[in-house]
Order: sequence, then structure tokens, then C-alpha cells
Amino acid sequence: MRGTDIMESIIKTENLVFSYYSQDNPVQKTVLNNINLEIEKGTFVAVIGHNGSGKTTLAKHFNAILLPEGGCVYVNNMDTSNEELILEIRRNTGMVFQNPDNQIVATIVEEDVAFAPENLGYPSDEIRRRVDEALKIVGMYEYRRHAPHLLSGGQKQRIAIAGVLAMRPECIVFDEPTAMLDPHGRESIIKIMGDLRDNYGVTVVLITHHMDEAVNADRIIVMSDGDIVMDGTPKEIFRNIDSLRNTGLDIPETSLLLHDLKNDGFDISLDALTVDECAKTIFESLQSSNRGN
Amino acid sequence: MLKDITLGQFFPGDTVVHRLDPRSKLIVMIMYITGLFMAKGFPAYGFMFAVLVTCLAISKIKPAAVLRGLRPILIIICLTVLLNIFFIRGETVLFQYYSIVITLEGVYTAIFMAMRLIMLIVCTFLLTYTTSPITLTDGLERMLSPLKKIKLPVHEFSMMMSIALRMIPTLIEETDKIMSAQKSRGADFETGGLIKRAKAILPLIIPLFISAFRRADELATAMESRCYHGGDGRTKLNVLRFSGIDFAAFLFGACVIAAVIFLGRFAV
Repeated sequence: MRGTDIMESIIKTENLVFSYYSQDNPVQKTVLNNINLEIEKGTFVAVIGHNGSGKTTLAKHFNAILLPEGGCVYVNNMDTSNEELILEIRRNTGMVFQNPDNQIVATIVEEDVAFAPENLGYPSDEIRRRVDEALKIVGMYEYRRHAPHLLSGGQKQRIAIAGVLAMRPECIVFDEPTAMLDPHGRESIIKIMGDLRDNYGVTVVLITHHMDEAVNADRIIVMSDGDIVMDGTPKEIFRNIDSLRNTGLDIPETSLLLHDLKNDGFDISLDALTVDECAKTIFESLQSSNRGN
Repeated sequence: MLKDITLGQFFPGDTVVHRLDPRSKLIVMIMYITGLFMAKGFPAYGFMFAVLVTCLAISKIKPAAVLRGLRPILIIICLTVLLNIFFIRGETVLFQYYSIVITLEGVYTAIFMAMRLIMLIVCTFLLTYTTSPITLTDGLERMLSPLKKIKLPVHEFSMMMSIALRMIPTLIEETDKIMSAQKSRGADFETGGLIKRAKAILPLIIPLFISAFRRADELATAMESRCYHGGDGRTKLNVLRFSGIDFAAFLFGACVIAAVIFLGRFAV
């Protein structure tokens, strides 16, 4: 079981099954249907899917907030159903949620960031070091004595990220972190996520239904009705417009445009993801067709 | 309208008063209140007033903030003053109209009572305005920690307190939002009798409760994700430790009490 490939992955699920029981409906609703997944260390993985596709439920299995009904989840080779390992698992895999207001515990920024290391029982000089470090990473160090409720949504979410970073986790799961933010705040969070992967070696798992946020990922996992329906690099995924449409997701406008152009008989590559890349691809295609004439 | 609540609101700063240990602030506050109740006569009251104003000045609390905080208890102060003026019968009559008698003693008592009340409230402001709620609950937790031995949930209580304090501004904001939403659908919170207005509150309370429960659920998940597992083995970012300024504060408190007792001799 302990081959090198397992050592490389930080999160691993084996035949993960989970269902909810509701009081008014005796029939259980299967939310996760036999999920087999491995997330490698140091990668940026986006999990996308429409509402009710099971993506948040899946994320909550990654740090033992929910326990599998069938199958297993391993974080750094630790079984999440082992109750003795629960603190170590949660320290390893931090989680940032949608609403920043509902994650902030304290009334002073630095005291909130200190919450996790305090729970882990570190000595106070170590806590101080981690708090300062975490606040500097998210660029909120100068706000350390502020009251969180006076900050903007994006700033609050950065505090929430710092609160997780103070545990020095190897992996952070972001559960729709930008859903309640304005475009400016959204941008800052996306930048931090990229920064964490690039400069700090943190594995980033982003749960989202914004396709354009998933574009920056190393790998995209598409979920639909409790199953993984697609898994690959962004280029592979967005080339497959028809299957994406079937899952009820919005397709990035760049991919849509290139796809339509190709259908209209243009000889064009479908690999462009950002607006700039897309413009460049169209420009090159036009140039080459001019030359052809 | 709801944003005006300042009771228990903290103003960050970096003065001597801010740096004091919350426990010593609490103890000195209790000493000051004791002094307040022992004060007799104008010199003692004047002294206590001077002490309070000096402390406010040192802690750089804005006078406007103090006045705003006093506004909710204005009615109680006025009532106390009126009751004392009209119902305390002394010997030196200042004014008489049939059965309404105002005596010098009554006026004095009224002034003292009002001063005592105001200083009592303002000295608690000195505590709450200069101490972050978390530090305050921390201090309380530490002071009450011997009670853990008899199985009192001291940590849980202080955690509940600090989360409640943290959520107050958020829920106030939410109330404002729901209020605007209901108003835009024609809800009327301002007119009508008491019963009609109480009924109008209902569509405000219900969404607020539902959202508060949802928030509580999410907050609990977020706390668990950050390794919260009760008070066992928990450490602190800022460890409370008495230092030189705390002992100076105790000495100051003791001097205030001594001075008040001494000045009481000069009471008229």
C-alpha cells in the first residue's frame, strides 16, 4: 500500500460513498457515489460542478468534517475515520469557507489568526511568529490590530485564509471562497491562491462554479450528481465543450468563441484559456489564413 | 439607528490604560467603585471626578464617545435626580408650594446620586472602551479559572461570551438589511400601536433567527476545521502577566480609596 505514488499524494479517496438522510424524505439521497481520487502534493486542483453536484460534500471529507459512509479518505496517509488523528489531519488540510463573516471567531484580526495555533497548544512566541508570517503572506499585516467587522469582504476573506495558514497546512481547501465577494476582492483571493501554490508549495484545492477561476488550475475535476465526470488539465477539459454543457456548467466565453469559430470552418486551436491567449490564437489563425490565400 | 449602540464597544489604542492587564483593570475598577460608595461630600466627589477625567484623558477616550454611551441611561439619571429632589426632606427648606417641598439636603443628595451614577457607568466605559472584548473575557476566564476545579465550564462560558461579542456587529448589520428588505416590500415598523408594532417585528425576527442558526452552524464547522477541541491544552497568543504598571495601578486604586476616606472628613 505504501508505494511511492501514495507518498506523493496528499489526499486520496477510495470508493468514497456518502448520502444524506432527510426527515421528510425516508429515501436517502446519495451525494457522493464511489469517488476515487488522488490529489498530488503541490498542485492546484479545481473541483467544479453545479449546485448539488456534491463538490462541497467532497471537500468536507478532506479534513474529517464529514466521515465517509463507505470507502476511505486518506490525508497524508492518515485515515480520516481514525479519531486520534483528527487534529493532525485538520492541521494538515485547512479549509476556507464561502462566507468570511461566519469563519472569523475573534474581534481583533491577529487574535483571530491566532485561533488555530492556540487550539493546537503552541507556545505564545511560536503563535506570534506564525500569526505575523500568515498575515504578511495575505498582505494584511498592517491591519493586525483592526476589528474584522470594519473590513471589506475581500479583506475578511484574506484574514480567514491567514487563520488557516497559521496552522502551516500542507493543503488548503477553498470552498467557493469568492462567492460573496466583489470583483476586486475576488481578484485578490485568486492571486493569493496562485501565490500559495507557486511560492509556498501549498497544495490548493478550489471548489467553485466559476469556470474562469478554474482556468489557472493545474488540473480540473468536474463533478455531476455525485460522480466525477471529467478529470484533466484545463485545456483538455475546455476542449470538450459538449460534455461540459451536459453537466449544466457555464463554459468560459473564450472557449465558446473558439469552438464556434472552429465549427464555422476556421482552422483554429482550442487551447486558449485566457482572453489574451484567445485573442492571440484568433490573430494567428487569421494571419495564416491570409497567407494561405 | 441600530448602529448607535456603543455599550461594550472597544476603541483600539496604545495607552497605559490599554496596556494594563484586564484583570488589574477589573480589580482597580472595583476599587474605584468601592471608593465611589464611600465618598461623602463635595471634596471627595470632586476628587473622584478628577480621577476619572484624568484616567479618561490618559486613555484618550473621546468625550463624545462617553456622552453617547451615557445617553441610554439619561432617563434613569433624570428620574433619580427628580425623586431625590422631591422626596428627601431635610431641614433647610429652599422652596415650598403646598405639599411640594424642596430642601437643600434633597438637592445635595440628588447631585451626589447623579454624580455617583454617571461616574459608575463612565468608569465601566473606561474598562470596556480600552479592553478588547476577547482580552476581557480572557481576563475573566483567568480570574475565574479556580472554579474549573469544581467543574464549572469557565472556558466554555468565556468562549460563548467572546463569540457573542464577535457576532453582535454582524447581526446588527443583518437586522438593518432585513429591515430594509421588509420595508421595501411595504412593511411598516414605525407607526401604529404597541401591538401592531410588536406584530411588525415578527417578519424581522424570524429571518434573523434562521440566519443566526445557519451562521452558528457554519461557524462551528469553521472552528472545528481550525482544530478547536475545547479548552484542554489551549494556549494563548497574548499570555496575561502582571507587570510593573499593574502593580502601579493597584497602588493607585488603594491611594484613591484612602484619599476618599480622608476627604470624607471635610464633608459639609
